[in-house]
Amino acid sequence: MTISLRRPYDDVVIAAPVTIPYVRYSIESAQWWIGRALSALVAQAGIKASDIDGLCVSSFTMGTDSGIGLTQHFGICVRWLDTIPLGGASAIAALRKAARAVQARDADIVACVAGDTNHVDSFRLTLENFSRFNQDAVYPYGAGGANASFALIARNYMRTFGVTREDVGRIAVAQRANALRNPHALMKAPLTMEQYLSARPISDPIHLFDCVMPCAGAEAFLVMRDETAASLGLSAARLLSTIERHNAFADDPMQVRGGWAMDVGELYAMAGVKPEDLDIVQTYDDYPVITMMQFEDLGFCNKGEGAEFVRQHDLTIDGDFPHNTSGGQLSVGQAGAAGAYLGLVEGLRQVLGIAGPTQVRNASLALASGFGMINYDRGLASGAAILAGPSR
Amino acid sequence: MIEPIKPSRRKNPLLRTRLPASPPRPRSRMSHGFTRAAAEGRFMLQRCEACGAFAYPAREACPSCLSAGLAFVDAPRRGVLLAETTARVPSDVYFRERAPWRIGLIKMDCGPTIVAHLHADCAEGAAVRMSLQLDKSGQAVAFAHPEAETPNMADDRQWREMTADPKFRRALVTNGRSVIGQEAVAALKAAGAKTVFVGIAEPWRPFAGEERLRGQDGIEIVTLDAADEKSATDVAADIGGKVDILVNTTEYVRPGGLLDRRGTSIARDEIDQAYLGFINLAQAFGPAMRTRGADGINSSAAWVNILSVYALANWPAFGAYSASQAACLSLSHCLRAELRPGGVRVMNLFTGPADTEWFQTVPPPKVAPRVIAQAIVSGLRNGLEEMYVGDVAEEIRQRLAANPKALERELDR
Amino acid sequence: MQSKGLLELASAISSGAVRVVDLTFTLSPDFPVIVLPPEFGQAAPVRIQEISRYDGRGPAWYWNNVTFGEHTGTHFDAPIHWFTGKNLPNNAVDTMPAKDMIAPACVIDCSVQAAQDPDFLLTVPIVEAWEARHGRIPQRNWVLLRTDWSKKGWRDYSNLGDDGAHTPGPNPAVMKWLVEERGVIGFGTETIGTDAGQAGHFEPPYPAHHFLHGAGRYGLQCLCNLDQLPATGVVIVASPLKIQNGSGSPLRVIALVSST
Repeated sequence: MTISLRRPYDDVVIAAPVTIPYVRYSIESAQWWIGRALSALVAQAGIKASDIDGLCVSSFTMGTDSGIGLTQHFGICVRWLDTIPLGGASAIAALRKAARAVQARDADIVACVAGDTNHVDSFRLTLENFSRFNQDAVYPYGAGGANASFALIARNYMRTFGVTREDVGRIAVAQRANALRNPHALMKAPLTMEQYLSARPISDPIHLFDCVMPCAGAEAFLVMRDETAASLGLSAARLLSTIERHNAFADDPMQVRGGWAMDVGELYAMAGVKPEDLDIVQTYDDYPVITMMQFEDLGFCNKGEGAEFVRQHDLTIDGDFPHNTSGGQLSVGQAGAAGAYLGLVEGLRQVLGIAGPTQVRNASLALASGFGMINYDRGLASGAAILAGPSR
Repeated sequence: MIEPIKPSRRKNPLLRTRLPASPPRPRSRMSHGFTRAAAEGRFMLQRCEACGAFAYPAREACPSCLSAGLAFVDAPRRGVLLAETTARVPSDVYFRERAPWRIGLIKMDCGPTIVAHLHADCAEGAAVRMSLQLDKSGQAVAFAHPEAETPNMADDRQWREMTADPKFRRALVTNGRSVIGQEAVAALKAAGAKTVFVGIAEPWRPFAGEERLRGQDGIEIVTLDAADEKSATDVAADIGGKVDILVNTTEYVRPGGLLDRRGTSIARDEIDQAYLGFINLAQAFGPAMRTRGADGINSSAAWVNILSVYALANWPAFGAYSASQAACLSLSHCLRAELRPGGVRVMNLFTGPADTEWFQTVPPPKVAPRVIAQAIVSGLRNGLEEMYVGDVAEEIRQRLAANPKALERELDR
Repeated sequence: MQSKGLLELASAISSGAVRVVDLTFTLSPDFPVIVLPPEFGQAAPVRIQEISRYDGRGPAWYWNNVTFGEHTGTHFDAPIHWFTGKNLPNNAVDTMPAKDMIAPACVIDCSVQAAQDPDFLLTVPIVEAWEARHGRIPQRNWVLLRTDWSKKGWRDYSNLGDDGAHTPGPNPAVMKWLVEERGVIGFGTETIGTDAGQAGHFEPPYPAHHFLHGAGRYGLQCLCNLDQLPATGVVIVASPLKIQNGSGSPLRVIALVSST
């Protein structure tokens, strides 16, 4: 096993998992959603807003605002501030930065928040204005957005490794089963493999149930030292390890692996655990094929064995490999940047034992991953974190 | 393999004409290096002057060595199609109306990978030939073709969005008195145009070649004096809704510059014919063309100007004429902007002296009218925006780029 | 003349006892103009450009800008038009005597001959034959040459061949004779030009222009409706625009004809 030379997170803990239930469309602004999340954080932690001295926000739909505007907007005075525009990797990145901030005592209580609204044209505007490379060299080609870009990756991946739609569909079908236990999931109807396979094509080979549903919502958590959590009487999870990587494997002509593959040894070494020790796994599921790629890159199987892995395992809450227990973005909805937080916040609830109807029995060790920013032809950002609950 | 397109049927008068939509338009400034290449039908990529690596999409620094010296250079066109997808529910109106739309990721032999529109005959894993095209927004896009010629290649649905192919379209050649105009009529007809309208000013005045135009199937003579506002309006009232390609063949060449000419009456004629004639044509035909940019197989598609290359640099021997052409060139950019919402392209052909009566005493090389006509068709088929026809035009283009002052001095002879 | 006579004329016009015949073509862009070799300066064609038409450019009114050469449409030639008349006094449209704008006219009908020969030329014997029937052409009369040319379509009207226009007109002798022997005030035609289409090859070239303007006389061309005029007993009103130092101008030409 790789020996980690990185400084351990030691006394860093995560607390107060907050989800503001999603809606398909909202007439409210992103700032409204972020405000609800902050309010819920304060209520859940039993603190005053003025106790928050660090803030980290992520959102696609804040317009001209960044974190600094929000401090005045919400009347909070902080000594540490960050705005993280990393899409699906925002939660892991936020956690990493906040952890080091509280560890170094640059801040004591950092609120990490992501929230987005979804007006009827928000999604199209996000696609249009995603990035310069996307604007110059992707969006003018059929305007298929992320669906088309991931379709190219999915098609190449599936052909290269002999993956069928049914293999990929197992992930989506299992997540829907999980979502049926989550009252906040936007998808409320069961999904059968037959329904998955016969769904209408969106951008071949991506079909309807391979896609997340854009929606409005917010997610948040607090990062602090364990002494702070103890003084507040807060139940908290310890942060064992994290990884983050951008623009990995730039020479691969097409993406068949994410940056996790570069850092996975470090992830487990720093945590001092092995993949099979994990009780639950929350991957970034913007498309199930990306989840399959993560099963490989995060060390649950070898490259090219993802399909076999999902054939061999039950990914539901009661299965042998509980995965995306809330239903994931595929079944709960993708509330913009909050989609990055969904898995981490659910993983936090799981190891704190407060996940309610989606709770996995005796879950104490969780992995959450992030993936984001399909700037041009591939997702550039990847990250992962391992959390341990109080029982471990 | 592509099914050949069929001529459009007559319009159903009960159906609303579909209005043109534009594909996404925003681009970075650097990215317009591709626009320039596409306008001239070249395939250019950025190449690092320090390390020689090709880069794509447009960048401000080399991803291999961080040099800022990224020049757009002609690049090898060959690549391999790695993966393709068909977008069926695009978020943009233009593509939604044209869905399913096929794109792919191409690994270029010279290095970069490029997202491109695909010709229907491109196959995954097979070699493709890349070109840069102007889409209906007038912006550059990469287009992948099969490496070898395939049957009915030009009829590909996605390719036709990038071109203004005369096939089955109706064209107006505004001045059929000139040899260039008559050659243009013949070339458009040969390229499969359904109808070619030919404007003849002052029909009481006989002209050479008249017999060739009269009584031919698919050629309709209309009385059109572009310099006369009413004449242009009257013709447009008759056929304005049927002009898919307008070829402005106005030709009014007179020698002389400023000091050795007396008064303004010749200059006035030059401006009247070339510049005001352009305005009259644009005002008469432009609005309908802009509206009909998505009107099926024979949608309006292009406006062609034949300009003297001396629009770019004044040739004092034909100094006032050069100025009239410069005025038209400037106006063409205005027209391009105004026709853009209709997806109608404005193509300028720059020519050196043509082998016509007014350049009789000018020594060769001169451009044969037939070569100009063939260039029109080729430019329309390839969706170009700027063409330099003949050796003189090409030389002026290069010399202008190299040193405009040297060109100015050397034209003064 | 007593004012009573003038008022009688006015009332005769009003009652129709005196017919008013319009001898003018509509001034329009598509009316043919004189064709000169392209290397010469050209007459600007008639252009009519709307300034406004009860629209945003002028909500309550309609008007045009009009441009044209002095020698377009039905038009008048002043002596200054030709080199032979360049040094005469009062030789331009703005300085010519206003009284010259109203004068009697003799109409010589050559429509039959012109129908047979587009190069038909008026000669002294033809005029003498006309005088034998209608009397001697009085001094200071217009002579109008009727050819029915104005009834043709524009292409036949200009009748351009690769050797120039073929339209009827006067020969040199008759022009010299009309000016010198009959003292005509002017000569009018239905064709483009007071001269024949081929008159550039005559000696002198363009004899109507040469002799008329050299003697301070006037030309009228592109006339129509000459078939509505009797041989004699016609008064022509032809007042060109008062263009400074103008060589001619489009104008409205009307003829007064006694109905009885």
